[in-house]
Amino acid sequence: MRKLYSIGLIRGLLWQILGTAIGIGILTGIRILLHLPAWKAESAFVLGALLGALFFVYGIGAVDDWIKVAGGKEVHEPDESSWGSMRYFGVSLDHKVVGIQYLVLSLVLMVVGGSFAMTFRTELANTGMQFLTLMEYNTLMSLHGMVMIIGILVGVGAFMNYLIPMMIGARDMAFPRLNAFSFWLAVPASIILLSSMALGGFDTGWTGYPPLSARAPIGIQMFFLGVSLAGMGTILSSLNIITTALRMRARGMTGFRLPIFVWGALATSLISLTATQLIGLSFQMVMFQRLFGMGFFDPAKGGNPILFQHLFWFYSHPAVYVFVLPGLGIISELLPVFARKPLYGYKWVALSSFGIALIGFLVWGHHMFASGMAQYLRVPFMYSTLLVAVPTGVKFFSWLGTLWRGKIVFPVPMLFVLAGIIVFLLGGLTGPPNATVATDLHLTDTYFIVGHFHDTMFGGYVFPFFAAIYYWFPKMTGRRMNETLGKIHFWLMAPAFIVLSSMMMRTGLLGMRRRIADYDPTLNITNDHRVMTVAGFLVALGILVFIINAFWSRRNGEIATGNIWNSRSPEWQVPSPMPVHNYDKPFEVVGEPYDYGLPGSVYVKFMEEE
Amino acid sequence: MKRYVIIFILVIASTFLIHAWLMSIGLFPIEASAQSVAVDQLFHVHLWLISFLFSLIMVTLVYSLIFFHRRKGETGDGAYLTGNSTLEITWTAIPLMAVLVLAYAGARTLGAIQVIDPTAVQVKVTAGQWYWQYAYPDYGVTSTDLYLPVNLQIDLQMTSVDVIHSFWVPEFRVKQDIVPGRTVELRVTPSLIGEYKVRCSELCGLRHAYMEGLVEVVSQANFEKWIAQQQSAAPPSPELRGQQLASSYGCVNCHSTDGSAKTGPTWLRLYNSSVKLSDGTTVTADDNYLKTSIINPNSQVVSGFSSNVMPDFSTVLDQTMVESLVAYIKTLK
Repeated sequence: MRKLYSIGLIRGLLWQILGTAIGIGILTGIRILLHLPAWKAESAFVLGALLGALFFVYGIGAVDDWIKVAGGKEVHEPDESSWGSMRYFGVSLDHKVVGIQYLVLSLVLMVVGGSFAMTFRTELANTGMQFLTLMEYNTLMSLHGMVMIIGILVGVGAFMNYLIPMMIGARDMAFPRLNAFSFWLAVPASIILLSSMALGGFDTGWTGYPPLSARAPIGIQMFFLGVSLAGMGTILSSLNIITTALRMRARGMTGFRLPIFVWGALATSLISLTATQLIGLSFQMVMFQRLFGMGFFDPAKGGNPILFQHLFWFYSHPAVYVFVLPGLGIISELLPVFARKPLYGYKWVALSSFGIALIGFLVWGHHMFASGMAQYLRVPFMYSTLLVAVPTGVKFFSWLGTLWRGKIVFPVPMLFVLAGIIVFLLGGLTGPPNATVATDLHLTDTYFIVGHFHDTMFGGYVFPFFAAIYYWFPKMTGRRMNETLGKIHFWLMAPAFIVLSSMMMRTGLLGMRRRIADYDPTLNITNDHRVMTVAGFLVALGILVFIINAFWSRRNGEIATGNIWNSRSPEWQVPSPMPVHNYDKPFEVVGEPYDYGLPGSVYVKFMEEE
Repeated sequence: MKRYVIIFILVIASTFLIHAWLMSIGLFPIEASAQSVAVDQLFHVHLWLISFLFSLIMVTLVYSLIFFHRRKGETGDGAYLTGNSTLEITWTAIPLMAVLVLAYAGARTLGAIQVIDPTAVQVKVTAGQWYWQYAYPDYGVTSTDLYLPVNLQIDLQMTSVDVIHSFWVPEFRVKQDIVPGRTVELRVTPSLIGEYKVRCSELCGLRHAYMEGLVEVVSQANFEKWIAQQQSAAPPSPELRGQQLASSYGCVNCHSTDGSAKTGPTWLRLYNSSVKLSDGTTVTADDNYLKTSIINPNSQVVSGFSSNVMPDFSTVLDQTMVESLVAYIKTLK
């Protein structure tokens, strides 16, 4: 029993249950003292969930050191090298452990969110309701969206945390304790988000627009609270990333000698740091509307439902760049390694990330062309939206320039990089019809948007994410993932996904609305839906192969401790897996990061002990 | 140089092939409004653009993968090319011009589909969970199906009684969200006689998928005929009218008439029964109770049900409509 309690995760979960019970108890106690009816489910569960999350981070020990410092005690850095694999189940200050923790949580969330999608994708294989009720469908569909988004945010956190200190030659993140705290906040947040299923679910989609969300079952409160907590973790984590990347670089690593992934991560973190507040705010305003009767979005009380959409999209549009900029960074990072050529137009690629991030702040209104916002606003938002195409185009052309006259090799990570480019191209090309207002009036809220969006997410995040796992898995474990299984994963997933998203777009053009549990048989799209369902299962099968591969290779994979990709990046110049504090000797940057093909040049040189 | 010529030829060929393929697979519903013609013209500009850019990038990419891969036994790196500022500026400037032109074309089309005809036929649209209601104020007619005369501009003045809905007839191409607490406008000029469906396209809760309604575009003569029929139809009895209202305003989506459990209390044997309220009191469900429950549902919430679920019908239903509903409820014994 004591042994079980010593595992951080178990301890945190027990504390979370305790905190939830105390929260419910406090609220009920107050109501009894005020002679109100004792049981008010909604308020009780909200307070319970909030306290549960705080108790979790306390119980697991993510705030222990801060409490000690506040009490004037000394804080020692623990020696984690003897903890073995138990490091991954509790608070660790090592950025590589935190990165892998993020990675595992991300995979768990995306498998959960993906299985929701497979469930309702199966339901859609035929018209009429097959095996789900309307409420179950709506809840699964809504949760699929948000669980995937949190999963992606966590996955972005995984690679930023794992890679950035290694890439810039730092011992760790600037604020290791804040780093652990940010991660451990995401765990109770995910639990709270998923608990919405047990509390009646909700039928609002991931956007949670009021007045619908103001009338939904209690599950919506868990959704709002879970997202707010996860968002807080993201803000803290992005602060940490920015500080680390700006302050802790190795000697000689000037701005334009940074690994390109760090540029993407910086642009992403700037968005997270400054915009996440807006989605938290908009969700909390609906929470308060429900709990305290504050009519922010209630027209009967003088509120404005469209105000919510502005606040919501002010984050949620830039958020898609939070998801894709690190992924595009991974593409730009890996392409030179496998083309054996310098990254074409490095400065342009680096600055285009910032271009996308900045323009991304000015385009949120394109989600609201049909919303009833002031009509004249649609034209400036159309111009700003189309401008995003310019820096995005720079990335594509630079990737082509990188491949041109290279000596291209095709191991599994490269396959996923190429699929990422092609799928992101499909997502990019189907963007402008949503930007020019008149065509968007046909497309908005249809399956066309669903297809376009999934293309950008898979091209900009999912495929690069898998590329990154196959590429850095040896760095994490000292073993290489199986190439054959990797290729099976790729050929199952990539073509099926392209079929799936393209058919989503076609059915959307023909009249398939998004977020519907059932569709009109007279639209003649039943066969399309069957093909999409089969394609969906092929994608899922591919991912299953990946999971099997990851588990198998962790123990049995081919040993790969050296620079197996022949990369110039500093983390590959030392043996895998990395020791606790990264580099034994500091390094100095003496060349350009991607000068493949320039004989005798190196990127970094390790300094001898002084 | 030879390489660039080959790629140029392949890109042009591929552009035409892809465009022809896209045009052949049937991407759009038929055009049934003046607006749809303008919108589709813009769509066709997009299709050319998509075909060209897809070809440009894919041809170059595939060409590189085929001709620039490392052969068996090779170990060297690729050509040392780090970039070319002229080229980068070119592929920034040309897309910039292209998007400005596209945005201008987009704004022109938007202007074209928003042209207002002062003689438009006005239709008041009321959307609610989960029904469509139409009123023709010029004729004093109401309907649950949307009848529209062909080739006349229709001025849809729309409002919602509960949550956000969205008016979309795919064949008309245009879409407008309907926001509670305000009236929004949508102009559409049907151009093809036929039967279509309005499909609510903003998620509006449980039965969102089924919030579809009939849209009938008829000749102007048949429209006049239909209006005259509606005007001369004998007013139904209050009980029958109540039954119609209960289905057209979606009451029966939440209140069963056969005693089964739904979101709200059942109406079966409700009249003159005693009802336990959530504040602990018990009242008799007389005329007065039923009327108050319809127009001010939160004033007396039945025990076991939540407040703020039922929309406020006070602005939607007039007194005779409320009385008809009560008359209908009385018949459910």
